[in-house]
Amino acid sequence: MNILDPQGPIGIAEKTILIDSLAIMLAIVLPTIVAIFAFAFWFRASNAKAFYWPTWEYSGRIELVVWAIPTLTVILLGGVAWIGAHELDPAKAIEGPEEPLRIQAVSLDWKWLFIYPDQKVASINTLTVPAGVPLQFELTSASVMNAFFIPQFGSMIYTMNGMTSRLNLQADTPGTFRGLSAHFSGDGFADMHFDVHVVPSEQFSKWAQDASNADKALDARSYDQIASPSMKSEPAIYRLVDPDLFKSIVTQKLPPTKGMQAGVIGAAPKAGVADAR
Amino acid sequence: MLGKLSWSAIPFDQPIPMIASGVVALAILAILAWVVVRGHLPYLWREWITSVDHKRIGVMYTLLAMVMLLRGFADAIMMRLQQSLAFQGQGFLPPEHYNQIFSAHGTIMIFFVAMPFMIGLMNFVVPLQLGVRDVAFPTLNSVGFWLTCTGALLVNISLVVGEFARTGWLPYPPLSELAYSPGVGVDYYLWSLEIAGVGTLVAGINLVTTVLKVRTKGMSYLRMPMFCWTTLATNLLIVAAFPILTATLAMLLLDRYLGFHFFTNEAGGNVMMFMNLIWAWGHPEVYILVLPAFGIFSEVISTFSGKPLFGYRSMVAATMAICILSFMVWLHHFFTMGAGADVNAIFGIATMIIAVPTGVKVFNWLFTMYGGKVRFQTPLLWSIGFMVTFIIGGMTGVLMAVPPVAFVLHNSLFLVAHFHNVIIGGVLFGAFAGYTYWFPKAFGFKLHEGLGRAAFWCWLVGFYVAFMPLYVLGLLGMTRRMQHYDVPQWHPWLIVAACGAGLIFCGIMLQIAQLVVSIRQREKLRDETGDPWDGRSLEWATASPPLAFNFAILPDVSGGDAYWALKYRDTEPSKSDEKPDYEAIEIPRNSATGFVCAFFATLMGFALIWHIWWLVAAGAVGAFATFVVFAWRDHVEDIIPADEVARIDLGNQARRRAVLGAGAAAR
Repeated sequence: MNILDPQGPIGIAEKTILIDSLAIMLAIVLPTIVAIFAFAFWFRASNAKAFYWPTWEYSGRIELVVWAIPTLTVILLGGVAWIGAHELDPAKAIEGPEEPLRIQAVSLDWKWLFIYPDQKVASINTLTVPAGVPLQFELTSASVMNAFFIPQFGSMIYTMNGMTSRLNLQADTPGTFRGLSAHFSGDGFADMHFDVHVVPSEQFSKWAQDASNADKALDARSYDQIASPSMKSEPAIYRLVDPDLFKSIVTQKLPPTKGMQAGVIGAAPKAGVADAR
Repeated sequence: MLGKLSWSAIPFDQPIPMIASGVVALAILAILAWVVVRGHLPYLWREWITSVDHKRIGVMYTLLAMVMLLRGFADAIMMRLQQSLAFQGQGFLPPEHYNQIFSAHGTIMIFFVAMPFMIGLMNFVVPLQLGVRDVAFPTLNSVGFWLTCTGALLVNISLVVGEFARTGWLPYPPLSELAYSPGVGVDYYLWSLEIAGVGTLVAGINLVTTVLKVRTKGMSYLRMPMFCWTTLATNLLIVAAFPILTATLAMLLLDRYLGFHFFTNEAGGNVMMFMNLIWAWGHPEVYILVLPAFGIFSEVISTFSGKPLFGYRSMVAATMAICILSFMVWLHHFFTMGAGADVNAIFGIATMIIAVPTGVKVFNWLFTMYGGKVRFQTPLLWSIGFMVTFIIGGMTGVLMAVPPVAFVLHNSLFLVAHFHNVIIGGVLFGAFAGYTYWFPKAFGFKLHEGLGRAAFWCWLVGFYVAFMPLYVLGLLGMTRRMQHYDVPQWHPWLIVAACGAGLIFCGIMLQIAQLVVSIRQREKLRDETGDPWDGRSLEWATASPPLAFNFAILPDVSGGDAYWALKYRDTEPSKSDEKPDYEAIEIPRNSATGFVCAFFATLMGFALIWHIWWLVAAGAVGAFATFVVFAWRDHVEDIIPADEVARIDLGNQARRRAVLGAGAAAR
């Protein structure tokens, strides 16, 4: 899960920016820290060798320097921020020869629903993606806010009910990585994580083929069941019956989940919970 | 009759809150019994509870902050223990309890520790530094304090009766809406902050007016001590920002109580509106907390270096620049909510620009020490600890202002480490520096130096041991607010962080010991001069503790560092033999308005939380009636006759001369 060990172009670029920005600032910060200790130590009251200027309170040259140093640093870093924010805008598509894979993600209480509209596959708390292929995410929430985050791939993005957010990521090396929710969403939040299986392209096509013939189907009834609050959901694969499911959730044709009133899962009803309204 | 309130509201089945609140209740009862039995109650009522003296109110604010620090820290240590234990297991706190604890920790530490600590110090010090007898609105000041107490009390009542919010310290909708948080927890949060927020707003109005309109003769703006400047900036921010908080929370209350749809999922509610509004208050809030701390460090570093503050005008410019810029950066709290590249980039750069005036401040403190005679007493230790720690915290903050970095570190433990780095290293160290520095002014004796140093080292080392691992955990992809986890790489770092919390616990124990020991040895630590640190500003020109009217004769200021000039250039009043012309002094009369009003506000807040509508009406009528009674008062001020003033002042000066004379003779 180490973001300093990124597995795709977005993560690598973000790691580079992180380290470069840190280096630019350390160049100012470290000498300043040394100077604090040095000045405080040398000008200690007991040091008879140090001079004492009891009225010295202004120096135009020093003033110029102390305003100039942070300003120049910020100009440099501001450039990094401007270019970085544009190059790595989560909504910006990743260019490449490969056709991107569309994935739709929906945060629910307290699990992730992933939809592959073109492959007619859906899954709960597990994601399988081809290596070296741009991944084009559309995300929303059927309940409260969450943030979709696979640390080793790079950027996270929030999910919100009634809105679509966009995120582009890519994984270059096969393996299994961890994804999670990066925004607190209630009692089951800690278990809202999932494994991401990055597999070679050919293997992905085969996986998608098999998954689209899965026993379990994701239709209106099973969606209702999935959308009701539950903690620590096991990974599951479904074949997708309605390819417009994501759109129905975003447009609230499928209304947002009812939340805690539908029944408190996991926790004993507390005072004020049971008898509210 | 009692709305939603029933016996089931009290969590008899949960040992942790029951034992904790039982111990607290017993302690409060014991203190009350002691006060009543020893006959201190009339004294407390007369001299403290109904006092409108800015010094007394300042001390009470600070005391409130320190008591609430204990509560907030108890939450902190439970969180650190939980996360160090909950590897591949549930730890000792179930989610519904753990979620309340981190929500309460943040709420208490920001609103009921950092805020009252800073407002308390400003209240105590600013009129003294300005050379005047009181703040602009003394009774309003008392009202503000007691309303803050109401907020703190409601948060603590939630420990025993019902529950607290489980949404985090900012109740992001839709999680905080009725659908997803049907309990009373969010209501406790909202009503306590609505009431305390009014208290903070009146404190802000009062202090802005004081600095702008109530200054002694010759105290022009550019002769004010730096702490008065940061007070002005902070309180301008309070006046501009707190109404946003109050309005935003009021909208959430309308959603929850009257079925409105400001922030709901349904019916066109928009959560992004909440994000923008809450951070339009939230980011200025950061500077509301840290600017007074900057002022304290400016005073302390200058005093203990025996030199004027370097680059005073630069510091004023930097302070006011921060004041304005702090309103232009709120969006950096949600770079990852999908605003476009242009928006993210502009807010990222705006955020970095704040680092310029802040950096200038650090360099100016550095050059204040240059060419000085630096005395390493406890307030200066806190200041140097602050400078080093705050630079690191500022650096990680600017790092996260780069949007692509925020994309991977937002909401992670790296962020948690960053803001504790600036709030503990900046605000809290500043509060402790100010507490140690001004304690002898407030009570007439110094705090024990050895225990103070020991507490400082425990806090400093404890801070680094507790929070540096959190930076690493953020880089390892750990997000905040996890009740349990199963990633093996995280576990050792969380154990180290818990040890750090243990060290900070030692620091707090040493601070309590310091206070107790200092009170017991007060005769040994007594300061008769009123100027124990060789100070530079006017608060050191009067007796310690200062008289009710602060100055028998209002000082006439002819430059910066007013008291330093009096001491070393001109003649000090205590050294001259001619007797000044004393005049009668009017001081505002004590008033129970604040206390009574807060009593009714507490009833009203509690009743609103539990839907006890008749009590809501009773509380509202009572609070309003209190104001009407106050408005119809006809006895406004008490007069201290001129010979009484002369008697007090001459006595003080004689004592002071005796000490200074003895010192001179010894030399």
